[in-house]
Amino acid sequence: MKILVPVKRVIDYNVKPRVKADGTGVDLANVKMSMNPFDEIAVEEAIRIKEAGKAEEIVAVSVGPAKAQETLRTALAMGADRAILVETDEEVEPLAVAKILKAIADEEQPGLVLLGKQSISDDSNQTGQMLAALMGRPQGTFANTIEVDGDAIVVKREIDGGLETVKLTMPAIVTTDLRLNEPRYASLPNIMKAKKKPLDTKAPADFGVDIAPRLTTTNVSEPPVRQAGEKVEDVAALVAKIKELGIA
Amino acid sequence: MNTLVLVEHDNNKLGDATLAVVTAAGKLGDVTALVAGHNCGAVADAAAKIAGVSKVLKADDAAYAEGLAENVAPLVAGLMETHDALLAPATTSGKNIAPRVAALLDVMQISDILSVEGPKTFTRPIYAGNAIATVESSDAKLVITVRGTAFEKAATEGGSASVEDTSGPGDAGLSSFVSREVADGGDRPELTSAKVIVSGGRALKDAETFEQYINPLADKLGAAIGASRAAVDAGYVPNDYQVGQTGKIVAPEVYIAIGISGAIQHLAGMKDSKVIIAINKDEDAPIFQVADVGLVADLFNAVPELTGAL
Repeated sequence: MKILVPVKRVIDYNVKPRVKADGTGVDLANVKMSMNPFDEIAVEEAIRIKEAGKAEEIVAVSVGPAKAQETLRTALAMGADRAILVETDEEVEPLAVAKILKAIADEEQPGLVLLGKQSISDDSNQTGQMLAALMGRPQGTFANTIEVDGDAIVVKREIDGGLETVKLTMPAIVTTDLRLNEPRYASLPNIMKAKKKPLDTKAPADFGVDIAPRLTTTNVSEPPVRQAGEKVEDVAALVAKIKELGIA
Repeated sequence: MNTLVLVEHDNNKLGDATLAVVTAAGKLGDVTALVAGHNCGAVADAAAKIAGVSKVLKADDAAYAEGLAENVAPLVAGLMETHDALLAPATTSGKNIAPRVAALLDVMQISDILSVEGPKTFTRPIYAGNAIATVESSDAKLVITVRGTAFEKAATEGGSASVEDTSGPGDAGLSSFVSREVADGGDRPELTSAKVIVSGGRALKDAETFEQYINPLADKLGAAIGASRAAVDAGYVPNDYQVGQTGKIVAPEVYIAIGISGAIQHLAGMKDSKVIIAINKDEDAPIFQVADVGLVADLFNAVPELTGAL
């Protein structure tokens, strides 16, 4: 079985995004960029499935600017076998990303597509579900545990209120949640080896996909700021406050 | 505009999240509620009573019993031939189904809206709520998920909509439901609809201490219990307790944060609470920057004293 792992280059998890003063977006100049954390979990899970002898090849894919190569090299250093960059400087919406991934899946014929449930940049949480719809295949979203079982895959999903288990026929699309695994760090020898692994570069037009945006962002602003209140001296003062609020 | 609201339910009870979605849909036009399930008549009747709902469509089929996206999405996509906008709650169920519908319709979904600014214009949070984007759709139809805490809940009484049966393609044969483990909270209110939430962080040390200190206070206040990601990752409480950008988004009347430092991911999930109370021994903890009332104290002394005094 082949596993396809789409990954996205985003602002690093630890960086606080700054809204540009002109309201056109978030400032990405000179900001540390990394692989989307949920995608890192997807790469890790794919490697674990391969290590368990249930997959032969892992192909990492990214749709984004030339610098997304770095993100793909990270996936290769972790353990992916080869990579495809669909290069564009345009911002590509989840629907168009899903269409490009569908075209790649048609060529590559993976048994499993594993990707993050959402990017921490635009927080859409759509690409996996859209890809599943376009491929006419089942989806296991927000995965907490994955078990490949012959030609089916059992996915335990994180849902409001608990966990749900579904069984999907393969090929399937699975999106990762936080607690699926803890991604490994790439070792230095593996980072060196990753530089020699194959990385193909394509363009959205190679797949005949129109990436023109459907949504226009007319403004990006800071969220309303909450003012800090007062600090009370002791529990007695806190109790008085709580009684004042009428909740006890 | 004709809107279709995807009703959240468990075949017996209508989920609270639906009510805010009805309010959002009402800002766009006429509201039809879709109840897709199995033996879900009681839910359809409840949906018909929601103020602002003008029609209820009930799709009763074993294939829809567990809300599998593979089966429900084609049904919804079919109904969108006669509707202009689909609105679903931004719950794990809505987030699972809506994008699948959007792709079937070749529509770019607008996720997690905070407000309706115009017939095709909405605001939504990006970067874990660190920025708010205003977006306008150019698609012929709209597919939207709605952040429940951003809209008033529609009244559960006052409506008198008709209930009509509808049907879709049924079982797509792609997936099957195996099991569900839902934590039994007993009498405790549900996290996303609770008036008061007591939330614990990593400082609680372990599962036993968490329960020992947080539960009695929550019991006193009739509060739901939440937790920070650190507390969940450390295994103090199950994952569905997690409040934050990657967990639940809550906005209760009162949010009491105990031993929670206030990482940005956590703040994104609770900063719209009406009143925030924080107890933390680190006076520089970021939680105090958003708290209306703060107490710098060791929680292991302060919490039992507080519980005793209430």
